[in-house]
Amino acid sequence: MTATSIDTQLLRFSDVAMTFPNGTTALEGVDLTVDRGEFVTVVGPSGCGKSTLLRIASGLESATEGGVELDTDRIGYVFQDATLLPWRSVQANVELLAELHKVPKAQRTEAAKAAIDLVGLTGFEKNLPRELSGGMRMRTSLARSLTLDPELFLFDEPFGALDEITRERLQDELLRIFVEKRFAGLFITHSVSEAVYISTKVVVMSGRPGHIVDTFDIPFPMPRDPEVRFTAEFAELTGKISHALREGHR
Amino acid sequence: MATTTPTTTVRADVSAAGTRSISTFRLGRGLKTLWPPLAVLAAIILGWYVLSLVVLAERNFLLPPPHEIFTEALFNPGTAADIFLALWRTALVAVTGLAIAIVLGIVWAVAMSQARWVERSLFPYAVILQCIPILALVPLIGFWFGFNFEARTIVCVLIALFPMVSNTLFGLQSVEKSQRELFQLQGASRWTVLTKLQLPAALPAIFAGMRISAGLAVVGAIVGDFFFRRGTPGIGSLLSDYTSRIQSAELFAAIIVACLFGVAVFVLFGWIGRRAVGRWYESNRG
Repeated sequence: MTATSIDTQLLRFSDVAMTFPNGTTALEGVDLTVDRGEFVTVVGPSGCGKSTLLRIASGLESATEGGVELDTDRIGYVFQDATLLPWRSVQANVELLAELHKVPKAQRTEAAKAAIDLVGLTGFEKNLPRELSGGMRMRTSLARSLTLDPELFLFDEPFGALDEITRERLQDELLRIFVEKRFAGLFITHSVSEAVYISTKVVVMSGRPGHIVDTFDIPFPMPRDPEVRFTAEFAELTGKISHALREGHR
Repeated sequence: MATTTPTTTVRADVSAAGTRSISTFRLGRGLKTLWPPLAVLAAIILGWYVLSLVVLAERNFLLPPPHEIFTEALFNPGTAADIFLALWRTALVAVTGLAIAIVLGIVWAVAMSQARWVERSLFPYAVILQCIPILALVPLIGFWFGFNFEARTIVCVLIALFPMVSNTLFGLQSVEKSQRELFQLQGASRWTVLTKLQLPAALPAIFAGMRISAGLAVVGAIVGDFFFRRGTPGIGSLLSDYTSRIQSAELFAAIIVACLFGVAVFVLFGWIGRRAVGRWYESNRG
């Protein structure tokens, strides 16, 4: 981790700790870097402070100790739920962020159109969120963040509530968009196989107070072949990470 | 199903999304929901006849048979004109009072939603407003504002205000934390959060509040009529006139007209609410 050059670093946590006002320590001594072109996934038991990591990176919360360096202001944030505004159509929901940044109407309509196309929702622009499935809502949420053309994309267990088939499909979609857009990703999940499949690097966190117990580089090339899931190498990596996870949780 | 063909990238997860048409079966459902209350109405009318003609017999000035309400009052041009003119004046008071209550209530709730300390300072007074027996204030209102239109409107506002305040506040605070954070991440101002997130999210609750307040405004206007009888009479003063003159058919006609007016206002505001937010908001009352 120390070998990375400063130019390519997009996000760097050095010795970050987070203690909430009520006294619980969520994070302790966290060192983590996300480089440009990297897709880093953090796995850990629930309640280990994984989400807190994202909240600190995005500025929703500030660390009580340590340093956070961020080399971009174009950050995408995808929440656990799709957080769509139910009174807005898909089109209007996707336009929201650009609208908040006062982007002119014609320009944001175009950006939204491109993003909707990228997530495969063309034809559903006029639908309301209540008319969409969970997977389509998550696609809309993804498209909404894509309109900002983020350099750093933060994902807080976005596929956690979806069924297995939809989940795998969205993982493939996300990989495709990652290869096309080349943002850097920081992804939170508690699914080890999801982590291995979508990442270039997997970081394992311990139970509370969360700290990093191990880091694994994922050697499979991008764009990733869905068949990689069924290789022996994939199974071995998944096994190793699961072990590390169990060790860290003890 | 959605009308447009999806691109190939969307596969299995599309099928779960059904866009069901809300208006289908409206008519059939309308009849089905209408006949039980109609049956109850028929039973009430039957019981009424029995009570009026058999039980009360000569003393049925206490409860005239239903048809007399029409023959003696509603179909009597002079009486009908009196009743509807009075109703019109009462309606004017109710609508004015309601409009003031809606504006005041929303402003009050928005103020409270902006800061915890404002809410802590102002909410107790909304509760007190709800708790004071309005009749205890009536003499004071008359004393300060006279016994005319203004006084009646003020009674109306006092009665109708609380549901607007509490519903709007509830609606404004119903916004999910993550949605708020979505706005926060983009550095949205307080005003933007209010107008683009909180107020739209609060609309269903605001309309529910309006419906309750509209009903209460009618009550308030009629109560106001009873106490503040200077100036042109409303339906409330007409009711007490008919009672004192033992004009029971006219009295019942006025009561029924006042009831129908209350129902109409309730239905109207329900309809406005559905028109405004029904497309995206699914009320659990169906």
